[in-house]
Amino acid sequence: MKLKVLVVDDELGIREGIARILQNYKITYPFIDDIFEFDIIKAENGQKALDIIENEKLDLILLDNKLPDIDGIEILTELNKMDYDASVMMITAYASIELAVKATEQGAYNFLPKPFTPQELKSAIESLTKYLYLKRMTKSLSSAGKELRFRFLSVLSHELKAPLNAIEGYLRIMKDRQVGNDISNYEQMIDRCIERIKGMRTLILDLLDLTRIESGEKDRNLSIRDLVQLAQLSIDTIMPLAIQKNIKIRLNAPNELMFKCSETEMLSIFNNLLSNAVKYNKDDGEVYFTLLEFPDKIMIEVEDTGIGMTKDEQKMLFKEFTRIKNDKTRTIPGSGLGLSIVKRIVDLYHGKIQIESEPDKGTKFTITLPKSVNV
Amino acid sequence: MEKYKILIVDDDPDFLEQVKIMLSSEQFEFVFAHSQKEAEELLTNIKPDLAILDVIMEQDDSGFVLAYKIKKKYPDVPVIILTSLGKETRFEFEPDDNIEKKWIKADKYLEKGIRPDQIQREVFKLLKI
Repeated sequence: MKLKVLVVDDELGIREGIARILQNYKITYPFIDDIFEFDIIKAENGQKALDIIENEKLDLILLDNKLPDIDGIEILTELNKMDYDASVMMITAYASIELAVKATEQGAYNFLPKPFTPQELKSAIESLTKYLYLKRMTKSLSSAGKELRFRFLSVLSHELKAPLNAIEGYLRIMKDRQVGNDISNYEQMIDRCIERIKGMRTLILDLLDLTRIESGEKDRNLSIRDLVQLAQLSIDTIMPLAIQKNIKIRLNAPNELMFKCSETEMLSIFNNLLSNAVKYNKDDGEVYFTLLEFPDKIMIEVEDTGIGMTKDEQKMLFKEFTRIKNDKTRTIPGSGLGLSIVKRIVDLYHGKIQIESEPDKGTKFTITLPKSVNV
Repeated sequence: MEKYKILIVDDDPDFLEQVKIMLSSEQFEFVFAHSQKEAEELLTNIKPDLAILDVIMEQDDSGFVLAYKIKKKYPDVPVIILTSLGKETRFEFEPDDNIEKKWIKADKYLEKGIRPDQIQREVFKLLKI
Protein backbone atom coordinates (compact mmCIF):
# COMPACT_ATOMS: atom_id res chain seq x y z
CA MET A 1 0.00 0.00 0.00
CA LYS A 2 1.39 3.38 -0.99
CA LEU A 3 0.83 6.08 1.57
CA LYS A 4 0.84 9.70 0.50
CA VAL A 5 2.99 11.74 2.84
CA LEU A 6 3.04 15.52 2.91
CA VAL A 7 6.20 17.02 4.38
CA VAL A 8 5.72 20.64 5.42
CA ASP A 9 8.92 22.42 6.42
CA ASP A 10 10.52 25.67 5.32
CA GLU A 11 13.99 24.18 5.51
CA LEU A 12 14.95 22.63 2.19
CA GLY A 13 17.42 20.31 3.89
CA ILE A 14 14.77 18.80 6.14
CA ARG A 15 12.27 18.33 3.29
CA GLU A 16 14.79 16.66 1.03
CA GLY A 17 16.29 14.65 3.86
CA ILE A 18 12.94 13.20 4.87
CA ALA A 19 12.05 12.48 1.25
CA ARG A 20 15.32 10.67 0.72
CA ILE A 21 14.97 8.56 3.86
CA LEU A 22 11.37 7.57 3.19
CA GLN A 23 11.73 6.99 -0.55
CA ASN A 24 12.92 3.43 -0.25
CA TYR A 25 11.59 2.72 3.19
CA LYS A 26 9.15 -0.17 3.52
CA ILE A 27 7.25 -1.13 6.65
CA THR A 28 5.66 -4.46 7.40
CA TYR A 29 3.78 -5.53 10.49
CA PRO A 30 3.52 -9.15 11.56
CA PHE A 31 -0.26 -9.20 11.33
CA ILE A 32 -0.92 -7.05 8.28
CA ASP A 33 -0.46 -8.44 4.80
CA ASP A 34 0.25 -5.06 3.30
CA ILE A 35 3.67 -3.59 2.80
CA PHE A 36 3.62 0.14 3.41
CA GLU A 37 5.59 2.42 1.14
CA PHE A 38 5.66 6.17 0.88
CA ASP A 39 5.01 8.78 -1.79
CA ILE A 40 6.39 12.11 -0.72
CA ILE A 41 4.88 15.50 -1.49
CA LYS A 42 6.71 18.57 -0.23
CA ALA A 43 5.55 22.02 0.81
CA GLU A 44 7.74 24.88 2.01
CA ASN A 45 5.04 27.01 3.57
CA GLY A 46 1.63 26.79 5.18
CA GLN A 47 -0.41 28.14 2.29
CA LYS A 48 1.07 25.65 -0.13
CA ALA A 49 0.47 22.89 2.39
CA LEU A 50 -3.21 23.83 2.69
CA ASP A 51 -3.59 23.80 -1.11
CA ILE A 52 -2.11 20.31 -1.30
CA ILE A 53 -4.24 19.14 1.61
CA GLU A 54 -7.31 20.33 -0.26
CA ASN A 55 -6.45 18.67 -3.56
CA GLU A 56 -4.73 15.46 -2.58
CA LYS A 57 -5.93 12.57 -0.52
CA LEU A 58 -3.12 12.45 1.99
CA ASP A 59 -2.42 9.72 4.51
CA LEU A 60 0.34 11.17 6.65
CA ILE A 61 1.35 14.75 7.30
CA LEU A 62 4.69 15.71 8.83
CA LEU A 63 4.27 19.26 9.98
CA ASP A 64 6.84 21.78 11.12
CA ASN A 65 5.27 24.16 13.59
CA LYS A 66 7.30 27.21 12.70
CA LEU A 67 6.48 28.12 9.12
CA PRO A 68 7.06 31.51 7.49
CA ASP A 69 3.35 32.27 6.94
CA ILE A 70 1.03 30.13 9.06
CA ASP A 71 1.78 28.24 12.28
CA GLY A 72 1.65 24.48 12.04
CA ILE A 73 -0.91 24.44 14.80
CA GLU A 74 -3.28 26.50 12.61
CA ILE A 75 -2.97 23.93 9.86
CA LEU A 76 -3.91 21.31 12.44
CA THR A 77 -6.99 23.34 13.33
CA GLU A 78 -7.93 23.52 9.63
CA LEU A 79 -7.49 19.76 9.27
CA ASN A 80 -9.77 19.27 12.23
CA LYS A 81 -12.46 21.52 10.77
CA MET A 82 -12.34 19.52 7.56
CA ASP A 83 -12.45 16.25 9.51
CA TYR A 84 -9.49 15.24 7.38
CA ASP A 85 -8.58 11.55 7.41
CA ALA A 86 -4.82 11.71 7.81
CA SER A 87 -2.45 11.27 10.72
CA VAL A 88 -0.25 14.15 11.70
CA MET A 89 3.15 14.23 13.33
CA MET A 90 4.72 17.54 14.36
CA ILE A 91 8.38 18.09 13.56
CA THR A 92 9.75 20.89 15.63
CA ALA A 93 12.96 22.21 17.10
CA TYR A 94 11.50 23.70 20.23
CA ALA A 95 8.50 21.84 21.52
CA SER A 96 7.23 23.66 24.55
CA ILE A 97 4.83 21.84 26.83
CA GLU A 98 2.08 24.28 25.82
CA LEU A 99 2.63 23.57 22.16
CA ALA A 100 2.71 19.84 22.77
CA VAL A 101 -0.55 19.94 24.72
CA LYS A 102 -2.21 22.17 22.15
CA ALA A 103 -1.08 20.04 19.23
CA THR A 104 -2.15 16.85 20.93
CA GLU A 105 -5.55 18.36 21.67
CA GLN A 106 -5.83 19.23 18.01
CA GLY A 107 -5.17 15.63 17.11
CA ALA A 108 -1.45 15.47 16.36
CA TYR A 109 -0.25 11.95 17.00
CA ASN A 110 3.27 12.69 18.17
CA PHE A 111 6.34 14.89 18.00
CA LEU A 112 9.62 14.39 16.26
CA PRO A 113 12.16 16.80 17.72
CA LYS A 114 14.74 18.34 15.39
CA PRO A 115 17.45 17.33 14.75
CA PHE A 116 16.66 13.67 14.27
CA THR A 117 18.54 10.69 12.88
CA PRO A 118 17.22 8.62 9.96
CA GLN A 119 16.50 5.83 12.44
CA GLU A 120 14.46 8.15 14.68
CA LEU A 121 12.46 9.30 11.69
CA LYS A 122 11.86 5.73 10.57
CA SER A 123 10.64 4.52 13.92
CA ALA A 124 8.40 7.58 14.31
CA ILE A 125 6.96 6.88 10.85
CA GLU A 126 6.47 3.25 11.77
CA SER A 127 4.33 4.06 14.78
CA LEU A 128 2.50 6.82 12.90
CA THR A 129 1.63 4.38 10.13
CA LYS A 130 0.41 1.79 12.60
CA TYR A 131 -1.70 4.45 14.25
CA LEU A 132 -3.18 5.52 10.91
CA TYR A 133 -4.05 1.96 10.08
CA LEU A 134 -5.63 1.27 13.44
CA LYS A 135 -7.52 4.53 13.28
CA ARG A 136 -8.92 3.80 9.86
CA MET A 137 -9.71 0.30 10.88
CA THR A 138 -12.04 1.28 13.62
CA LYS A 139 -15.47 2.24 12.59
CA SER A 140 -16.24 4.28 15.61
CA LEU A 141 -13.50 6.71 14.78
CA SER A 142 -14.25 7.20 11.13
CA SER A 143 -18.00 6.91 11.02
CA ALA A 144 -19.14 8.53 14.22
CA GLY A 145 -16.30 11.02 13.90
CA LYS A 146 -16.20 11.19 17.64
CA GLU A 147 -13.16 12.39 19.50
CA LEU A 148 -12.14 8.85 20.22
CA ARG A 149 -8.43 8.96 20.42
CA PHE A 150 -6.53 5.75 20.31
CA ARG A 151 -4.47 5.60 23.41
CA PHE A 152 -1.93 2.94 23.79
CA LEU A 153 -3.12 0.31 26.13
CA SER A 154 -2.61 1.33 29.62
CA VAL A 155 -1.19 -1.65 31.40
CA LEU A 156 -2.69 -0.35 34.55
CA SER A 157 -6.21 -0.50 33.30
CA HIS A 158 -5.58 -3.97 31.97
CA GLU A 159 -4.24 -5.21 35.29
CA LEU A 160 -7.11 -3.67 37.19
CA LYS A 161 -9.75 -4.99 34.87
CA ALA A 162 -8.45 -8.51 34.49
CA PRO A 163 -9.66 -9.60 37.97
CA LEU A 164 -13.01 -7.87 37.40
CA ASN A 165 -13.47 -9.80 34.17
CA ALA A 166 -12.58 -13.06 35.85
CA ILE A 167 -15.00 -12.48 38.73
CA GLU A 168 -17.72 -11.34 36.37
CA GLY A 169 -17.23 -14.48 34.33
CA TYR A 170 -17.70 -16.75 37.34
CA LEU A 171 -20.73 -14.79 38.52
CA ARG A 172 -22.38 -15.20 35.13
CA ILE A 173 -21.73 -18.92 35.21
CA MET A 174 -23.33 -19.06 38.67
CA LYS A 175 -26.25 -16.89 37.63
CA ASP A 176 -27.00 -19.24 34.76
CA ARG A 177 -26.58 -22.28 37.08
CA GLN A 178 -24.21 -23.68 34.46
CA VAL A 179 -23.10 -26.57 36.61
CA GLY A 180 -26.35 -27.33 38.37
CA ASN A 181 -28.28 -26.08 41.38
CA ASP A 182 -26.00 -27.44 44.06
CA ILE A 183 -23.94 -24.65 45.62
CA SER A 184 -21.10 -27.05 46.38
CA ASN A 185 -20.44 -27.38 42.65
CA TYR A 186 -19.50 -23.73 42.69
CA GLU A 187 -17.13 -23.91 45.66
CA GLN A 188 -13.99 -23.67 43.57
CA MET A 189 -15.31 -20.73 41.54
CA ILE A 190 -16.16 -18.85 44.71
CA ASP A 191 -12.65 -19.50 46.03
CA ARG A 192 -11.17 -18.20 42.81
CA CYS A 193 -13.31 -15.05 43.04
CA ILE A 194 -12.09 -14.42 46.57
CA GLU A 195 -8.52 -15.04 45.42
CA ARG A 196 -8.86 -12.55 42.58
CA ILE A 197 -10.40 -9.94 44.87
CA LYS A 198 -7.44 -10.42 47.22
CA GLY A 199 -5.06 -9.93 44.34
CA MET A 200 -6.83 -6.78 43.30
CA ARG A 201 -6.68 -5.42 46.82
CA THR A 202 -2.91 -6.02 46.93
CA LEU A 203 -2.57 -4.28 43.60
CA ILE A 204 -4.48 -1.25 44.82
CA LEU A 205 -2.45 -1.06 48.04
CA ASP A 206 0.80 -1.39 46.10
CA LEU A 207 -0.32 1.30 43.70
CA LEU A 208 -1.07 3.61 46.61
CA ASP A 209 2.41 2.87 47.98
CA LEU A 210 3.95 3.66 44.66
CA THR A 211 2.09 6.94 44.22
CA ARG A 212 2.93 7.92 47.77
CA ILE A 213 6.62 7.43 47.04
CA GLU A 214 6.27 9.28 43.75
CA SER A 215 4.36 12.21 45.14
CA GLY A 216 7.40 13.55 46.91
CA GLU A 217 9.27 13.48 50.11
CA LYS A 218 7.36 16.00 52.17
CA ASP A 219 5.42 13.47 54.19
CA ARG A 220 8.37 11.26 54.93
CA ASN A 221 8.92 10.67 58.59
CA LEU A 222 12.65 10.10 59.07
CA SER A 223 14.17 9.03 62.36
CA ILE A 224 16.93 6.81 63.72
CA ARG A 225 15.54 3.29 63.85
CA ASP A 226 16.92 -0.11 64.71
CA LEU A 227 16.81 -2.07 61.45
CA VAL A 228 17.19 -5.36 63.30
CA GLN A 229 13.91 -4.77 65.11
CA LEU A 230 12.23 -3.80 61.86
CA ALA A 231 13.63 -6.92 60.21
CA GLN A 232 12.14 -9.05 62.99
CA LEU A 233 8.80 -7.32 62.53
CA SER A 234 8.90 -8.05 58.82
CA ILE A 235 9.77 -11.71 59.41
CA ASP A 236 6.73 -11.95 61.69
CA THR A 237 4.57 -10.54 58.91
CA ILE A 238 5.81 -13.00 56.30
CA MET A 239 5.95 -16.02 58.64
CA PRO A 240 2.41 -17.34 57.91
CA LEU A 241 3.27 -17.47 54.20
CA ALA A 242 6.57 -19.21 54.94
CA ILE A 243 4.95 -21.82 57.20
CA GLN A 244 2.59 -22.84 54.40
CA LYS A 245 5.57 -23.85 52.26
CA ASN A 246 7.71 -25.01 55.17
CA ILE A 247 10.35 -22.41 54.43
CA LYS A 248 12.88 -21.33 57.08
CA ILE A 249 13.79 -17.67 57.31
CA ARG A 250 17.25 -17.20 58.85
CA LEU A 251 18.14 -13.74 60.07
CA ASN A 252 21.81 -12.94 60.32
CA ALA A 253 22.32 -9.49 61.86
CA PRO A 254 24.22 -7.61 64.56
CA ASN A 255 22.50 -6.99 67.90
CA GLU A 256 21.32 -3.68 66.68
CA LEU A 257 21.78 -1.56 63.58
CA MET A 258 20.74 2.06 63.97
CA PHE A 259 19.95 3.83 60.71
CA LYS A 260 18.22 7.08 59.80
CA CYS A 261 15.22 6.11 57.72
CA SER A 262 11.47 6.02 57.44
CA GLU A 263 10.06 3.00 59.21
CA THR A 264 7.33 2.43 56.60
CA GLU A 265 9.81 2.56 53.76
CA MET A 266 12.20 0.09 55.39
CA LEU A 267 9.35 -2.28 56.20
CA SER A 268 8.17 -1.99 52.62
CA ILE A 269 11.62 -3.03 51.34
CA PHE A 270 11.87 -5.91 53.82
CA ASN A 271 8.33 -7.17 53.28
CA ASN A 272 8.57 -7.07 49.51
CA LEU A 273 11.93 -8.83 49.34
CA LEU A 274 11.01 -11.43 51.94
CA SER A 275 7.64 -12.21 50.45
CA ASN A 276 9.25 -12.65 47.02
CA ALA A 277 11.90 -14.90 48.53
CA VAL A 278 9.13 -17.05 50.00
CA LYS A 279 6.73 -16.95 47.04
CA TYR A 280 9.36 -17.82 44.46
CA ASN A 281 11.00 -20.41 46.66
CA LYS A 282 10.62 -24.17 46.60
CA ASP A 283 8.78 -26.02 49.32
CA ASP A 284 11.07 -26.76 52.30
CA GLY A 285 13.45 -24.06 51.05
CA GLU A 286 15.36 -21.44 52.97
CA VAL A 287 15.63 -17.67 53.03
CA TYR A 288 18.80 -15.99 54.27
CA PHE A 289 18.11 -12.47 55.50
CA THR A 290 21.32 -10.59 56.30
CA LEU A 291 21.91 -7.08 57.66
CA LEU A 292 25.44 -5.71 57.60
CA GLU A 293 26.88 -2.45 58.90
CA PHE A 294 29.92 -0.67 57.50
CA PRO A 295 31.37 2.73 58.52
CA ASP A 296 29.78 4.51 55.56
CA LYS A 297 26.91 2.27 54.53
CA ILE A 298 24.57 -0.55 55.43
CA MET A 299 23.73 -3.62 53.40
CA ILE A 300 20.56 -5.67 53.23
CA GLU A 301 20.75 -9.10 51.63
CA VAL A 302 17.87 -11.45 50.95
CA GLU A 303 18.79 -14.75 49.39
CA ASP A 304 16.48 -17.63 48.55
CA THR A 305 16.80 -21.21 47.36
CA GLY A 306 14.02 -20.84 44.84
CA ILE A 307 13.31 -21.00 41.15
CA GLY A 308 15.73 -18.23 40.14
CA MET A 309 15.72 -16.23 36.94
CA THR A 310 17.43 -16.18 33.59
CA LYS A 311 19.50 -13.14 32.57
CA ASP A 312 16.69 -11.94 30.31
CA GLU A 313 14.14 -12.22 33.08
CA GLN A 314 16.40 -10.25 35.43
CA LYS A 315 16.47 -7.34 33.00
CA MET A 316 12.71 -6.92 33.20
CA LEU A 317 12.51 -7.08 36.97
CA PHE A 318 12.06 -3.48 37.96
CA LYS A 319 9.54 -2.52 35.33
CA GLU A 320 6.08 -1.81 36.66
CA PHE A 321 3.61 -4.66 36.33
CA THR A 322 6.29 -6.95 35.05
CA ARG A 323 5.82 -10.39 36.39
CA ILE A 324 8.04 -13.08 35.10
CA LYS A 325 5.58 -15.33 33.35
CA ASN A 326 6.46 -18.94 32.90
CA ASP A 327 5.15 -22.33 33.94
CA LYS A 328 6.74 -22.05 37.36
CA THR A 329 5.33 -18.64 38.25
CA ARG A 330 1.87 -18.81 36.74
CA THR A 331 0.11 -19.76 39.92
CA ILE A 332 2.04 -17.35 42.17
CA PRO A 333 -0.06 -14.30 42.98
CA GLY A 334 1.40 -10.80 42.85
CA SER A 335 0.75 -7.28 41.65
CA GLY A 336 3.94 -6.88 39.65
CA LEU A 337 4.69 -3.73 41.59
CA GLY A 338 6.72 -5.00 44.57
CA LEU A 339 10.17 -4.54 43.12
CA SER A 340 9.27 -1.22 41.49
CA ILE A 341 8.39 -0.02 44.97
CA VAL A 342 11.64 -1.35 46.42
CA LYS A 343 13.64 0.26 43.62
CA ARG A 344 12.05 3.65 44.16
CA ILE A 345 12.61 3.59 47.89
CA VAL A 346 16.26 2.62 47.36
CA ASP A 347 16.56 5.57 44.97
CA LEU A 348 15.22 7.90 47.65
CA TYR A 349 18.15 6.83 49.84
CA HIS A 350 20.63 7.19 46.97
CA GLY A 351 21.34 3.51 47.36
CA LYS A 352 21.72 0.72 44.88
CA ILE A 353 20.24 -2.69 44.36
CA GLN A 354 21.93 -5.71 42.83
CA ILE A 355 20.65 -9.11 41.78
CA GLU A 356 22.41 -12.39 41.42
CA SER A 357 20.28 -15.23 40.20
CA GLU A 358 20.49 -18.59 38.58
CA PRO A 359 17.52 -20.62 37.34
CA ASP A 360 16.58 -23.41 39.76
CA LYS A 361 19.27 -22.34 42.23
CA GLY A 362 17.90 -19.16 43.72
CA THR A 363 18.09 -15.41 43.78
CA LYS A 364 19.98 -12.95 45.94
CA PHE A 365 19.05 -9.30 46.26
CA THR A 366 21.63 -6.97 47.76
CA ILE A 367 20.69 -3.45 48.72
CA THR A 368 23.34 -0.94 49.73
CA LEU A 369 22.26 2.29 51.40
CA PRO A 370 24.82 5.01 52.24
CA LYS A 371 24.84 6.48 55.73
CA SER A 372 24.74 10.20 56.49
CA VAL A 373 23.40 11.38 53.19
CA ASN A 374 20.52 13.80 53.17
CA VAL A 375 17.74 11.40 52.37
CA MET B 1 -17.44 -40.31 18.28
CA GLU B 2 -14.50 -38.11 17.43
CA LYS B 3 -14.41 -35.05 19.67
CA TYR B 4 -13.85 -31.54 18.43
CA LYS B 5 -10.52 -30.18 19.66
CA ILE B 6 -10.84 -26.60 20.85
CA LEU B 7 -7.73 -24.55 21.52
CA ILE B 8 -8.20 -21.75 24.04
CA VAL B 9 -5.41 -19.22 24.53
CA ASP B 10 -5.58 -16.70 27.35
CA ASP B 11 -3.06 -15.55 29.95
CA ASP B 12 -5.73 -15.57 32.63
CA PRO B 13 -6.16 -19.14 33.96
CA ASP B 14 -9.61 -18.29 35.33
CA PHE B 15 -10.74 -17.34 31.90
CA LEU B 16 -9.59 -20.65 30.42
CA GLU B 17 -11.62 -22.38 33.09
CA GLN B 18 -14.67 -20.27 32.37
CA VAL B 19 -14.67 -20.89 28.63
CA LYS B 20 -14.37 -24.57 29.34
CA ILE B 21 -17.39 -24.44 31.65
CA MET B 22 -19.40 -22.31 29.24
CA LEU B 23 -18.75 -24.71 26.38
CA SER B 24 -18.88 -27.88 28.40
CA SER B 25 -20.16 -30.60 26.15
CA GLU B 26 -19.47 -34.24 25.37
CA GLN B 27 -18.56 -33.15 21.88
CA PHE B 28 -15.56 -31.04 22.84
CA GLU B 29 -12.13 -31.59 24.21
CA PHE B 30 -10.03 -28.61 25.24
CA VAL B 31 -6.41 -27.68 24.81
CA PHE B 32 -5.16 -24.72 26.83
CA ALA B 33 -2.29 -22.32 26.23
CA HIS B 34 -1.40 -19.43 28.50
CA SER B 35 0.54 -17.37 26.00
CA GLN B 36 1.11 -16.77 22.33
CA LYS B 37 4.41 -18.60 22.60
CA GLU B 38 2.89 -21.65 24.27
CA ALA B 39 0.12 -21.72 21.67
CA GLU B 40 2.60 -21.59 18.81
CA GLU B 41 4.49 -24.50 20.30
CA LEU B 42 1.27 -26.50 20.64
CA LEU B 43 0.30 -25.71 17.08
CA THR B 44 3.40 -27.36 15.68
CA ASN B 45 2.02 -30.69 16.90
CA ILE B 46 -1.72 -30.34 16.90
CA LYS B 47 -4.32 -28.99 14.59
CA PRO B 48 -7.34 -27.79 16.53
CA ASP B 49 -10.84 -27.79 15.07
CA LEU B 50 -11.37 -24.29 16.40
CA ALA B 51 -9.33 -21.69 18.28
CA ILE B 52 -10.46 -19.08 20.79
CA LEU B 53 -7.91 -16.35 21.44
CA ASP B 54 -7.45 -13.49 23.85
CA VAL B 55 -5.63 -10.45 22.46
CA ILE B 56 -3.48 -8.93 25.19
CA MET B 57 -0.99 -11.52 26.38
CA GLU B 58 2.81 -11.16 26.20
CA GLN B 59 2.31 -8.29 23.81
CA ASP B 60 -0.61 -5.92 23.36
CA ASP B 61 -1.41 -7.58 20.06
CA SER B 62 -0.43 -11.21 20.72
CA GLY B 63 -3.89 -12.52 19.83
CA PHE B 64 -3.97 -10.74 16.50
CA VAL B 65 -0.54 -12.09 15.60
CA LEU B 66 -1.53 -15.56 16.69
CA ALA B 67 -4.74 -15.44 14.65
CA TYR B 68 -2.68 -14.47 11.66
CA LYS B 69 -0.28 -17.35 12.19
CA ILE B 70 -3.03 -19.91 12.71
CA LYS B 71 -4.76 -18.85 9.52
CA LYS B 72 -1.52 -19.03 7.62
CA LYS B 73 -0.81 -22.55 8.82
CA TYR B 74 -4.37 -23.91 8.91
CA PRO B 75 -6.57 -21.70 6.71
CA ASP B 76 -9.60 -23.88 7.41
CA VAL B 77 -9.47 -23.64 11.23
CA PRO B 78 -12.05 -21.15 12.49
CA VAL B 79 -10.67 -18.53 14.87
CA ILE B 80 -12.64 -16.61 17.46
CA ILE B 81 -11.09 -13.61 19.14
CA LEU B 82 -12.57 -13.25 22.59
CA THR B 83 -11.21 -10.30 24.48
CA SER B 84 -11.96 -7.31 26.65
CA LEU B 85 -9.90 -5.09 24.37
CA GLY B 86 -12.89 -3.03 23.36
CA LYS B 87 -13.82 -2.20 26.90
CA GLU B 88 -10.27 -1.30 27.73
CA THR B 89 -9.35 0.80 24.74
CA ARG B 90 -12.78 2.08 23.75
CA PHE B 91 -11.79 0.74 20.39
CA GLU B 92 -14.56 -1.03 18.56
CA PHE B 93 -13.45 -3.81 16.30
CA GLU B 94 -15.87 -5.20 13.80
CA PRO B 95 -14.24 -7.87 11.66
CA ASP B 96 -17.41 -8.21 9.62
CA ASP B 97 -16.32 -4.98 8.06
CA ASN B 98 -14.26 -5.51 4.91
CA ILE B 99 -11.35 -3.31 5.88
CA GLU B 100 -11.05 -4.93 9.25
CA LYS B 101 -11.43 -8.39 7.81
CA LYS B 102 -8.24 -7.75 5.97
CA TRP B 103 -6.52 -6.92 9.18
CA ILE B 104 -8.00 -9.15 11.82
CA LYS B 105 -7.64 -12.74 10.79
CA ALA B 106 -10.57 -14.02 12.77
CA ASP B 107 -13.91 -15.44 11.82
CA LYS B 108 -15.59 -13.89 14.79
CA TYR B 109 -14.73 -11.15 17.22
CA LEU B 110 -16.42 -11.29 20.62
CA GLU B 111 -16.10 -9.18 23.73
CA LYS B 112 -15.59 -10.79 27.13
CA GLY B 113 -18.68 -10.69 29.28
CA ILE B 114 -20.50 -12.66 26.60
CA ARG B 115 -23.31 -14.99 27.71
CA PRO B 116 -22.64 -18.74 27.61
CA ASP B 117 -25.41 -19.38 25.08
CA GLN B 118 -23.96 -16.75 22.75
CA ILE B 119 -20.52 -18.26 22.70
CA GLN B 120 -21.97 -21.77 22.33
CA ARG B 121 -23.98 -20.57 19.35
CA GLU B 122 -20.93 -19.04 17.68
CA VAL B 123 -18.83 -22.14 18.24
CA PHE B 124 -21.52 -24.47 16.87
CA LYS B 125 -22.00 -22.19 13.90
CA LEU B 126 -18.29 -22.11 13.03
CA LEU B 127 -17.93 -25.88 13.49
CA LYS B 128 -21.05 -26.31 11.36
CA ILE B 129 -22.77 -28.54 13.92
